[in-house]
Amino acid sequence: MSRQVRIMRGREWARPVRPVRREVLSVTPELEEARPPLLFVPGFGHGAWAFAEHWLDHAASRGFPAHAMSLRGHGGSGPAPEATLRAYAHDVTQVAASLPRQAVLVGHGAGALVVAHALARYPARAAVLVAPVFGGWATLGAALRRNPVGTLPAVVGGRLRLSRRQLFSRELPEDEARRYVSRLGRAGRRAQWQLLAGRDAEPAVGRPPVLVLGSPDDRVVPASALTRAARRYGSAPLLFPGMGHDMMLDARWREPVDAILDWLEKEPPAAGR
Amino acid sequence: MSTSTDHGRPDPEATTLALTRDGRPVSDRGGTVCVIGAGASGLTAIKNLKEHGFGVDCYERETGVGGAWNWRHDRSPVYASTHLISSRPFTQFPDFPMPDDWPDYPHHSQLLAYFERYADHFDLRAHIWFGTEVVRVEPVEGDRWDVTTRSTGGYGPERTSRYAAVVVANGHNWSPKLPRYEGLEQFRGEVVHASSYKDPAQLRGKRVLVVGAGNTGCDIAVEGAQQASRCWHSTRRGYWYAPKYVLGRPADQVNDALLALRVPRRVRQWLYHWTLRLTVGDLTRFGLPAPDHRVYETHPIANSQLVYYVGHGQITPVPDVARFHPHAVELTDGRQIDPELVVFATGYLPRFEFLDPKVLGDDAGTGRPTLWLNAFAPGHPTLAVAGLVQPDSGVFTLSHWQSVLFARLLQLRLTRPDRAAAFAATVTGKAGERYSGPVKESTRHWFEVAHADYLRAVQRALHDLEASR
Repeated sequence: MSRQVRIMRGREWARPVRPVRREVLSVTPELEEARPPLLFVPGFGHGAWAFAEHWLDHAASRGFPAHAMSLRGHGGSGPAPEATLRAYAHDVTQVAASLPRQAVLVGHGAGALVVAHALARYPARAAVLVAPVFGGWATLGAALRRNPVGTLPAVVGGRLRLSRRQLFSRELPEDEARRYVSRLGRAGRRAQWQLLAGRDAEPAVGRPPVLVLGSPDDRVVPASALTRAARRYGSAPLLFPGMGHDMMLDARWREPVDAILDWLEKEPPAAGR
Repeated sequence: MSTSTDHGRPDPEATTLALTRDGRPVSDRGGTVCVIGAGASGLTAIKNLKEHGFGVDCYERETGVGGAWNWRHDRSPVYASTHLISSRPFTQFPDFPMPDDWPDYPHHSQLLAYFERYADHFDLRAHIWFGTEVVRVEPVEGDRWDVTTRSTGGYGPERTSRYAAVVVANGHNWSPKLPRYEGLEQFRGEVVHASSYKDPAQLRGKRVLVVGAGNTGCDIAVEGAQQASRCWHSTRRGYWYAPKYVLGRPADQVNDALLALRVPRRVRQWLYHWTLRLTVGDLTRFGLPAPDHRVYETHPIANSQLVYYVGHGQITPVPDVARFHPHAVELTDGRQIDPELVVFATGYLPRFEFLDPKVLGDDAGTGRPTLWLNAFAPGHPTLAVAGLVQPDSGVFTLSHWQSVLFARLLQLRLTRPDRAAAFAATVTGKAGERYSGPVKESTRHWFEVAHADYLRAVQRALHDLEASR
């Protein structure tokens, strides 16, 4: 990862990202406790609803103002079939900058990659990467092995169909898992390709502390990818064995979110300072 | 002592070790950095210094943030219709985007809302002493600074604090520049500087002469065309009046698309002239003088309406003013006109009255500091000036990177003194460097910069500073 700061962004200045309607679901604690707001960023196919199921309420009950957004083309946000990773990262910085105070960005799946890109453009208080999908050809290989029928169309620009066995552990009741999978949408064609062969995220501005967590039994993110992602930020991943990829929806959703909030309460020191 | 009601105020009661030259105690603020002014450049300096782990005290003479962009401030130059000249992507802080549903060229009230949100988002107000003006800034041994402050308006006692470093962000658009004309004192009509022009109602039904073709002068001339019974617009020379939109996009975004491709300046000038000829046309047909320079050689004027109203006969372009008579104004071509109201949109001068001019490398006292990157003074490694630039784009991006560079420099002074010393040598060697092509000489153009040239220079400085870290 290049450590050099990038100042000139002529191409980006010349072509600003088009505005779009953005869905943001918020649950704020009854008592203001001067805790930083959390912004949950779902991965490809998911919307703000995935966090509204359990995590938003739980974070708010522990005193954190909690917000979840849908990337463009997902959930209740405006349609954007030609969206790119840059547009997704733009959506995240827009929502983050609209919050009253410096936010903690929490990205899940490919949303963690979007957060990594957004960190280069917004000095977050801290960042949490949950089961991060940082892309690359290894990710495609893993997905093809596990779910060839659902993955192949995505290679040619079609929809990526994740199966419930990839996303959830067996502890989650079948009907619930089926209900979640039926709500999945799709990411933009170009963004899917960029996930495979896109550029690395630039270094984060403001040197936020970063926590990486995931599950060794995740069928989307191999354990080696998890370790690699954590090493980028100079740490080791926090592991929750037995959970599926969608940690915010799986049966034991409470454990990872509690770990995140505990970590934030300890006011982690900024990395590399 | 201060009018602020903010919580968590900075507490300057520190150990008093030293005395000022006139024998008052100095409170030592240790490694804390002092920022002068809480306008756009001051705010981004506080935020970036804080982000790099420094304690910050900021002194602001007014009672709110936003500096020039806060219309409530008595030194604010904004008028009711002030809009941005550069479009949003060039104007916002690079790490805190403006809402993308705002217009391409936001209004000044939106700018103020943006700065207030920036201050709250990064919790900057706790660092600001509102209603406090800086009287003196003096270098003391060890590259530290004694900053003397008092309540705005001169009430209350002066107090002096010692800081590890100082960022001067007092703005350059508040001290009006008034040209001298023969007979101006005898002129019976009303004379105002654009700084006291606030509302088009001031022009309604009057015969108005607007002097100056900066962006403000052109805006006021356009409002004169809409409101006044007669409007003359006096300019020293012919200018390029660029429309705010070309090819259906904000003009600066089109320009930067070319810059990103590294199209050479001469080619861009040629393309620009060609585009203007196609869209705006031959300005001499309207009675405007032909420009005596190529585009990019004066501060850009972005105004789509001026030429439109000249074409409607609502604005009469006239040459420079020669002298004033009690009831008339004589122009350099011998013509006489009879305005009731003269508006001087003749700009502002940067002023640093709390600082010895020699500190900023201005030994002759001309009011033009000699700095590197328009920010760093030779011989004073812990001093930076933020926002002393006239870019062909937004200022705030530039002052953001200036303050990032300064914060990193201050960090390296502690961890890698050799690198900081190398930086200081560069400052001495390159002071006075310019970041634009040839520009017309004027009190404004000496700190004119081309944003791309300038930002590339800052990027190089940042990389050299941190090389192989």
